[in-house]
Amino acid sequence: MTHAEMGSTALWLMLLLGAYHGINPGMGWLFAVALGMQEQKESAVATALVPIALGHALSIGIVVLAAAFLGMALPQEAIRYSVAALLFGLGISSLVRHYHPRWVRMRVGFRDLTIWSFLMASAHGAGLMLLPVLLGSSTVEAAGRMAGHHHTSAAASPVVALLATAVHTAAYLAVTGLIAWVVYSKFGLAVLRKAWLNFNLVWAVALVITSVVTLLM
Amino acid sequence: MSLMPDPTFYPSPKMAMQAPPERLAYVALLNAGKNGQCDAMGVIDLDPRSAGYGRLVGQTDFPRGDNELHHFGWNACSACLCPQAPHPHMERRYLIVPGIGSSRIYILDTKPDPKQPKIVKVIEPEEFIKKTGYTSPHTIHCGPDCIYGSALGSATGDGPGGIFLMDANTFELKGQWEQDRGPQQLAYDFWWHLGHDTMITSEWGTPNMVKDGVNPELLLAGKYGHKIHIWDLDKRRHEQEIDLGAEQQWVLELRPSHDPNKAYGFVGVGISLKDLSSSIWMWYREDGAKKGKWAVRKVIEIPAEPADPEKLPPLLKGFKAVPPLVTDINLSLDDRFLYVSCWGTGEFIQYDVSDPANPKKTGSVYLGGIVRRAAHPNKPKQALNGGPQMVEISRDGKRVYFTNSLYAPWDEQIYPDGVKSWMVKLDADPKGGMKIDEKFFVEFDGLRAHQVRLEGGDASSDSYCYSEAR
Repeated sequence: MTHAEMGSTALWLMLLLGAYHGINPGMGWLFAVALGMQEQKESAVATALVPIALGHALSIGIVVLAAAFLGMALPQEAIRYSVAALLFGLGISSLVRHYHPRWVRMRVGFRDLTIWSFLMASAHGAGLMLLPVLLGSSTVEAAGRMAGHHHTSAAASPVVALLATAVHTAAYLAVTGLIAWVVYSKFGLAVLRKAWLNFNLVWAVALVITSVVTLLM
Repeated sequence: MSLMPDPTFYPSPKMAMQAPPERLAYVALLNAGKNGQCDAMGVIDLDPRSAGYGRLVGQTDFPRGDNELHHFGWNACSACLCPQAPHPHMERRYLIVPGIGSSRIYILDTKPDPKQPKIVKVIEPEEFIKKTGYTSPHTIHCGPDCIYGSALGSATGDGPGGIFLMDANTFELKGQWEQDRGPQQLAYDFWWHLGHDTMITSEWGTPNMVKDGVNPELLLAGKYGHKIHIWDLDKRRHEQEIDLGAEQQWVLELRPSHDPNKAYGFVGVGISLKDLSSSIWMWYREDGAKKGKWAVRKVIEIPAEPADPEKLPPLLKGFKAVPPLVTDINLSLDDRFLYVSCWGTGEFIQYDVSDPANPKKTGSVYLGGIVRRAAHPNKPKQALNGGPQMVEISRDGKRVYFTNSLYAPWDEQIYPDGVKSWMVKLDADPKGGMKIDEKFFVEFDGLRAHQVRLEGGDASSDSYCYSEAR
């Protein structure tokens, strides 16, 4: 398995999407900071990041793996249209109103945080957002292989899907961890009041744009 | 939805104390005279540089006058910044105004014209009862996930009362909150320790026990509320019942520490059957802050004052004393000063509760009172009735406002001459002590002022998820 098989553009896009998910306060770093403040120690921030990253990876992994396996059975067009429709629906509904999973608990352990992060990423369609990149990547891959004799799958292979999840999560963890640490130990939470762009709005727009791109691919 | 967070949301109580001074107050005005007047939301000018300072500058009349408006609240507050499901781009804009007399809820929009809020939705009693199974909605708090409210009773007006939920975007009722209420029957106030996943509820009486006035038989038998209840806020389960003793009647306002890391708070008790005193109790976690059972201890006792029976209402004549009747308390955002309203004696007291188990009295003023009838310096010759009651503190802790009516059916028993309503303001010294602002004396014509909410938030409107006490 080499990077070349995923394509360097796809790889960069995976990293970028990971960073984008990491920046969103609702996707992890803010909870880590809150737990640091609850325990009144910096190490609690770091400890929280592990289950948060795990939950995020699980949510992403399930979606891209499911797409990969579906891709073996279904024609690529079917996958592409369904992904576009899902992204579009999710984007529009979050433009109309911001839905968030019901979650009240603040005293959370490893398991709670993993579930929380999984729910947050899933509810925001984090995994779905990756699919167009993987679809695009496999289109290129498929075109390249046309010359050879291989049977080509419509979507990315499960191995590529897992690699993508790992790359994405690494970028996500790096960014969410960095922000958590900087906010906790340098800036403090006052930054929230000035710099908390409406990510849900930006996110919704991103979902809709991604869906259009998926259709045009 | 806006692109940046609502500027009135603050991550921590410490940051909220830096908020700019409030310029407007919203005051629930209820028609107690059954004189055809309607209930209303009054708007008071609080800007000392404005020509209208200390005056009613706006009023939104409600279509009816049978609501008995009580503790209304905002649709959104600093709890929207909580990390579990942050949605900071909501607007603090709508007032959720419940009527305990009618079981009706009004939604008011303050944005188009802050001085003339507009009624944008009315939840009729039939709908409220059908969707929640409760009657007499009383207190509203905005939570991290939706709007929470308490209600005094069941559909029949008996117990159990409890908590209901409302969607913060659509204002649709989402039913009862409780998954398992355990032994809880009576309800009144509620609030929480968000950092400890804990809800606290208190007890007054069911609608049937209170709506016709204080029932002396029930009172002397110790049948009104005398407990607080501890709940798992997330699992919505009753965890612990703490009995203050049957002689402690009317366990009312709950003021948890604003700092989400702390695990203590204060609750006011209206009257002790033993000696007519009122008291403030502290609840706290027994084994440190994180885990462990909750307990209470009495930290303040305010004695009754001997009085000439001639000057007492029929209900109290036999006792030859004025009970303090603590009916509301409030805690400054830095958890430092506790303000206590003694509606019977007319005293308003400030305590330093930096050491919560050992409060120190740091200030006191008198206005109204059953016997005292203390006047306001603005009109020194005018005897006032009613007494200090619903109290609200500015976010910076420097200004304190209160009104003088309690609950129409009870007003008549304690102040049979009919509560003439007023609202006052005190200036609080950050080091302790307070004095009456002579320029601020609002009198209401025919309507009775109750709960006060300050523009942008106040000391009982917001909850916080981040602690800065390092």
